[in-house]
Amino acid sequence: MSLHMLARPRAPRAAFGQIVRNEARLAWRQPAGIIVGIGVSLLLLVIFGSISVFRQPSSKLGGLSAFDIYIPILIAFSIGVLALTYLPGPLVAYREQGVLRRLSTTPVPASWVLAAQFAVQACLMVIAVLLLIGVSVVGYGAITPRNPGGLVLSVALAIAALFAIGLSIAAAARTTGAARGLMALAFYPLMFFSGLYVPMQMLPGVFQDVSHVTPLGAAVVAIGDSMLGQFPPAEPLLVMAAYALGFGYLAKRFFRWE
Amino acid sequence: MRTLTASRGSELRPTAAATRPAVQITHLRKTYGPLVAVDDVSLSVAEGEIFGILGPNGAGKTTAVECAVGLREPDAGTVRLLGLDPRADRDEVHEIVGVQLQASAFPAKLRVGEILEEYRSFYRDPADTGELVEALGLAGKRRDYYRSLSGGQRQRLSVALALIGRPRIAVLDEMTTGLDPQARRDAWELIERVRDRGMTVVLVTHFMEEAERLCDRVALIDHGRIVALDTPVGLAAQARGGKTVRFVPSAPFEDRLLTGLPGVTRVEHQGQHVVVTGTGELVNELILALHTVGVTARDVQLDASNLEDAFVRLTRNGTQLHQEKNGEPS
Repeated sequence: MSLHMLARPRAPRAAFGQIVRNEARLAWRQPAGIIVGIGVSLLLLVIFGSISVFRQPSSKLGGLSAFDIYIPILIAFSIGVLALTYLPGPLVAYREQGVLRRLSTTPVPASWVLAAQFAVQACLMVIAVLLLIGVSVVGYGAITPRNPGGLVLSVALAIAALFAIGLSIAAAARTTGAARGLMALAFYPLMFFSGLYVPMQMLPGVFQDVSHVTPLGAAVVAIGDSMLGQFPPAEPLLVMAAYALGFGYLAKRFFRWE
Repeated sequence: MRTLTASRGSELRPTAAATRPAVQITHLRKTYGPLVAVDDVSLSVAEGEIFGILGPNGAGKTTAVECAVGLREPDAGTVRLLGLDPRADRDEVHEIVGVQLQASAFPAKLRVGEILEEYRSFYRDPADTGELVEALGLAGKRRDYYRSLSGGQRQRLSVALALIGRPRIAVLDEMTTGLDPQARRDAWELIERVRDRGMTVVLVTHFMEEAERLCDRVALIDHGRIVALDTPVGLAAQARGGKTVRFVPSAPFEDRLLTGLPGVTRVEHQGQHVVVTGTGELVNELILALHTVGVTARDVQLDASNLEDAFVRLTRNGTQLHQEKNGEPS
């Protein structure tokens, strides 16, 4: 019995399912992430969809309506808000309160909590994307995404890039307060360059150039192109992949469990 | 002669294997900058033993157990848990050691039952949750959020989580701090029960009653060093070095009168009381000596020494030694 135990030390696989379940319960019981990450972007979509001017195609926007322009931006907003605010927060709090330290004395690696957080947040992001596209198509007659493969790839890369940044914030911040500060520092500029406040098409070219090398700016281009039917160009995909790898490396290098 | 030695040797071998220590700490040392938290600690805990680590606050108890379970890396010395190195063999060690840490929290919005189920899923052969929560008085709390628990209830949950994997060694850091007397007794009963099933328990505590009731042996730690290691009864006897007599003198007198007596080791003043420690027929000698200067003793009490006295005496001696080493007056 004990020899068998010593030969294969590792927590039962079912443990991961239990951790995911509890993380999902926490996300549901502390619903700020769901309300902002899914609710607010849906609400904005409904508001924009209800303003008739927003739904008129404009030559300034290359024949698209402001509503069409905003669908990828709101997708980027959902991913950004969940990854930058509702991912690092709990992780830093777990570290601060000793949750990770306690876990590190069990057969379960503390990294499983991180993976469970990823799983829950990624689920919320996918739900947000599906709801945004679904409501815009069904409720407001937007075009159905014409290149689903490109869309899936773009969304996946955007999630990976933003997770890496969110995790780097969790790695750099010692306290939840510091995490909140860093999050704000990252969130607002990234949202600006995604076009949330003013779509990039309406700003001078230099803004667009900067936007294209930011993760959410690249995500908006790649997702927008996929929706219009093209496979997204390499540049935004590579930009997102670079953020995922670069910040992923930083997070792995500097993340502290205690 | 030779055959005798040989037969004795072969007899010893299986015995030695059967009594392989559950915990073996050798010359453990841990410093934080200039502070020496744990200084050359060696001890060995047998399987099935309840071993107490006692000492004043800041004595290095927690650091010692955190090194023992692999949460901290010692600067020197070795730790073996059933022969395993807590850092090199951490995966194996985590399966056989259950830990209750002093400062640990759980997510506020998880229910007690959910936390228990999660931790239960981490182990191959876990304990029965129902029995644990029953024994720890948490049965009615399974649906409560962690954040709504009182300090004592959180503490009991923490003990439950340390035992839920049915570990071979349980390390409990101040298990009953913050518990009311009844809950404390319930926790003690639980510890005795799990020990009866063969679990080894290392208990950090500063409750004398707890150590006297539960522990087979106690290590008294002060300034990072073991100042005494014995059974609770043995420790109390060690510290006794005689009796303690308290009395109120009818008039002031010079300490010299008593310190000069052959059996007296110490004279102290506590308010209007004088406390004299010594051996032999202490009370008679005191009264006779006082009589020579016309002083009488009222409210005479003869204190029986216990573990608490051992604690106070031995750690105070440690303090004195420590200060003398550093050239400060004691």
